[in-house]
Amino acid sequence: MSPKLQLRVIVTVLFVLGLGFAAYKNLLLGFPLNPGEQEQVWTVQAQVQMRTTGEPTRVKLNMPDMTKSLYVVDQGSAPRGFGFHVETSGTDRLGVWESRGPMGDVRLIYSARIYKGGGLPPKRPEPEGLPVPPTFDSVGADAADELLEEAYRYSADAVGFALRLSDTIMHAKEDANVRTLLGEVSTNKLRAEMIVSLLRAAEIPAHTLRGFTLGQSKRAMDLETLVELWDGDNWVVIDPRTRVAGMPAQFLPWQSGDEFLYEVEGARNSKLSFSVIEDQISARSLAIQSARNNGSSALYLSVFSLPVDVQNTFAVLLLIPIGALVVVVLRNLVGLQTSGTFMPILIALVFTQTELITGLMLFVTIVGVGLVIRGYLSSLNLLLVPRIAAVLIVVICLYLAMSVIGFRLGLEAALSVTFFPMIIIAWTIERMSVLAEEEGMRDVLMQGGGSLFTAVIAYLVMTNNQVAYLTFAFPELLLVVLAVILMIGQYTGFRLSELRRFEPLSGVK
Amino acid sequence: MLRWASPFALRRAGIVGMNRRNVELIAQNNPRALYPLVDDKLKTKELARKHGLASPKLIGVVRQTGQIRQLAAFLKDHPKFVIKPAQGSGGKGILVISGREGDAYLKPSGAVVAFEEVARHINNTLSGLFSLGGKNDVAMIEEMIEFDPVFDGYTFEGVPDIRVIVYKGFPVMAMTRLSTASSDGKANLHQGAVGVGLDIATGKAMRAVQYDRPVEQHPDTGADLSQIAVPKWAELMELAAHCQSASGLGYMGVDVVLDRVAGPQVLELNARPGLAIQVANGRGMFPRIKAVDDLIAADEDLPSDAVWRANWAMENLAVL
Repeated sequence: MSPKLQLRVIVTVLFVLGLGFAAYKNLLLGFPLNPGEQEQVWTVQAQVQMRTTGEPTRVKLNMPDMTKSLYVVDQGSAPRGFGFHVETSGTDRLGVWESRGPMGDVRLIYSARIYKGGGLPPKRPEPEGLPVPPTFDSVGADAADELLEEAYRYSADAVGFALRLSDTIMHAKEDANVRTLLGEVSTNKLRAEMIVSLLRAAEIPAHTLRGFTLGQSKRAMDLETLVELWDGDNWVVIDPRTRVAGMPAQFLPWQSGDEFLYEVEGARNSKLSFSVIEDQISARSLAIQSARNNGSSALYLSVFSLPVDVQNTFAVLLLIPIGALVVVVLRNLVGLQTSGTFMPILIALVFTQTELITGLMLFVTIVGVGLVIRGYLSSLNLLLVPRIAAVLIVVICLYLAMSVIGFRLGLEAALSVTFFPMIIIAWTIERMSVLAEEEGMRDVLMQGGGSLFTAVIAYLVMTNNQVAYLTFAFPELLLVVLAVILMIGQYTGFRLSELRRFEPLSGVK
Repeated sequence: MLRWASPFALRRAGIVGMNRRNVELIAQNNPRALYPLVDDKLKTKELARKHGLASPKLIGVVRQTGQIRQLAAFLKDHPKFVIKPAQGSGGKGILVISGREGDAYLKPSGAVVAFEEVARHINNTLSGLFSLGGKNDVAMIEEMIEFDPVFDGYTFEGVPDIRVIVYKGFPVMAMTRLSTASSDGKANLHQGAVGVGLDIATGKAMRAVQYDRPVEQHPDTGADLSQIAVPKWAELMELAAHCQSASGLGYMGVDVVLDRVAGPQVLELNARPGLAIQVANGRGMFPRIKAVDDLIAADEDLPSDAVWRANWAMENLAVL
């Protein structure tokens, strides 16, 4: 195979591999292509506090259910001395902590990450037979009858009936019948339970549904009570307070019907409290999370499997090929001259830390002053290595001077001068200075300007959110970058600058 | 005003761009291992001697500081000489001595130079002051060229040389580079030297450019550039063609100077010659490259001697 053909094969393979793997991650694993989408997530904690006395202790906690709009990822954890496991019975999920003989105050925490969308709600079985009707005293029975009759008149089906009933019970507090049934003071929970009783009295299977609405971060969440009823075909949730049918989008059900919320054996003074932390995370980490939960092997071999600090290093490293691509394009396709092949990338990396304008000004100042001093050194006829060493020391003195003077003048930005790698700066000064002597200032300005321009373009590309995100989440796209660079490597056409340079010859046949 | 050519027009004109030069001419024809032969002038000199290429004669080489002490005695029989660093770049560190005044030396400008100054110059050369990357170097002492008067009035200070591009042993394009005040006496086109394209068949001037734009007269001396005609052209072409067989480089620049008596002399070889020669010639190099490739592809038993190649090039390439 000729080298040209080999190169084509390699380029094709790289393209297919890079794009293919990226497409696989995007389409099948759900890695989004865009970093911009911020998603709301919540961390919900249920905390059981209790005093143990040395007896074997068992704590059971009802765990939250998924809904169609909420996805729950358990992160149950056990303190020392406790075992933790999850029991399922029917649609119930129970977190169980057990310990042989704990002493003293114990705090058990169940926490869960809640993501929006894509939940798998437990499938509730159809009710068996008619519900057991509640028993009212004679006064209560009359009141109940009147309420039922009135609701029946103003509704067409079971859901409408329940909503009408809710309306009366939750809001018409002056209603005599309501007062008869519930008394003067009542809580929402009691009202909801009354609605369930009345529904059952009307032979509609129903139960309460307790949980809370996820919103802003809050310690000590209060449980809310909804009503779930059987409309003949399905279980339907209604919110008696808002009188809306259907599960509220951000409601996290924790306990339904006759399930217990939690149960403690072998300890005293137990208390349960809930807290919610709201969080914004980028869609990227969301995809990673769900890929992790699905046990995806693609993740196993990805950047995300590394420790976070190493990930951060790679977030920078993975940008360097993009800078290299910019340099290749500007040098070989545009025909810009730069001083040192990849010096512009290093300068661009510095700009990411200093901000562009500050960085540019610092760079020009340092190199400019450095060139003047280096010009003087050259008249001393020094040998190369001592000369560069001298320039290096001059550069460090300049750093110091700029930082101190800048700080005194209140220019904090001057402090970031130390981000510039001084060896690179020293070499740049040396090379520019030799260039000035051998080829003249014109070449220095051209190469220096070319380098800075390249650095600025590289900076703009490298700091682009989308680019930074894609290189990090889809490192396989590096293969595509490699393929493009290889393609440019065999490009024998004209550079943009040559269209101008050889313009006088274009008229020739 | 900026004017741009379309890439298609440039391709039609047969222009070779930088990318094509690097990929197709240099990378495919010049094995890296041969570069030291041309980057180190002492090796080039050795090569020239071995292959009988006309070149300024080497009088001696100073390799160590200790040898400087014997230098005064050694130079007694050589009133005229040139000291250059073997790995110098851009004409740096060249000291020309054109005569004596008692024990002191004379520069062509008439300035008097004491022996101590010559010794210090050599010392600086040895310690790498003039060499690329500051490597330690050696100082070469060569015979001084007596320049042919043909270029009198055409240069400002500097040395007029003739650059010939040799492709696979065939001289394909030539120009002479004339230093100017704005090029600071240097013969580098992009610094403002005048480039005069020479007819590959005759050595006569065709077109002159400065800063890539046409000029008629030398900007400093006012001499009419179109009157330049390089003498002993056939000899010069043969010398250039011969350099390929000697060095093995498939695409090279041969820098030649004209000695009044000895004729064309190879001064330097270049493994990465630039493309400005196309502008000086007012035409692209590609048709000529292609003609050479076609010739080689068509006939495997081409005569191998440089004279034949030089003649073929002079007869066939000028019209392209």
